[in-house]
Amino acid sequence: MSSSTAEHAESHAHGHGLGEAVTHSAAKFGMWLFLGTEILLFGGLFAAYALFRAKFPDLFYESHKKLDITLGTINTIVLIFSSFTMALAVSASQKRNRKWLIILLSVTFICGAAFGVNKYFEYSAKFHHGIFPDTNIFYALYFMMTGLHMIHVFIGMGIIFALIIMAKQRRFEKGRYTPVEVGGLYWHLVDLIWIYLFPLLYLIG
Amino acid sequence: MSAHNHTEEHHTGIRVYAAVCLALFVLTGVTVYVAKFDFGDMNIVVAMLVASIKASIVALYFMHLKFEDRLTWIYALYPLFLLFLLIGFTIMETFTRVPVIK
Repeated sequence: MSSSTAEHAESHAHGHGLGEAVTHSAAKFGMWLFLGTEILLFGGLFAAYALFRAKFPDLFYESHKKLDITLGTINTIVLIFSSFTMALAVSASQKRNRKWLIILLSVTFICGAAFGVNKYFEYSAKFHHGIFPDTNIFYALYFMMTGLHMIHVFIGMGIIFALIIMAKQRRFEKGRYTPVEVGGLYWHLVDLIWIYLFPLLYLIG
Repeated sequence: MSAHNHTEEHHTGIRVYAAVCLALFVLTGVTVYVAKFDFGDMNIVVAMLVASIKASIVALYFMHLKFEDRLTWIYALYPLFLLFLLIGFTIMETFTRVPVIK
């Protein structure tokens, strides 16, 4: 998607900038539309969560105690920080600062990887203790929700990786930073969903 | 007229982003801390309230929703309305069923 956006912007680069303006806002708007469908994708799982938690509050409370709050908190901090560096990356691309754009995108990518490594240790510990998705409905939802989220982190990392390559190829020169901003929106959504997953799964009072 | 002229670009400063990031860290600390206390049914309300404040900050500043036009706002908020219907009606339907007598 991002490459076609860049090509589109390029085809309008001769003289008049209106095409570029339209493409830029259309790409952003399209991403917001897509994010809406993402929210509803997770929405099904949130609805299931609400339903089963209301039905089995004690089971949820007892099961959640086995999750590692420290690891969960570290991952929350890592993801928020990565959103921060992503926002700065968009800002750097607007200011046409290629060096900082690449640095900030790389930091964001590393944060995503750190999140994944953390999650790998968490899942391993659960399996080690004989906790699997079929253990009970809480863990079924835990693995489904965090697993689907993890897939999104990986996709986001793929997008950021592509952006780093494009930046190295000087594709965002002359202020054509649309792919960076749109990719950033996706990354922030991944953060946004985790902001809800963390208290719902780790912090059942 | 260009999409990237300076009237449409919103150069949110690094200070604002840093403040937003710090606020999100603090709010994360608040949720973790508050979870240690038992407010009964209010636990989930407090947790979701803090999460929603965090989510709003992310959307407004990191995602630049603050600077977007009305149409983007509508399409950003509409899924939340659908989410409300989905979760609200699922809960309502489940807890208003007449028990089956066995």
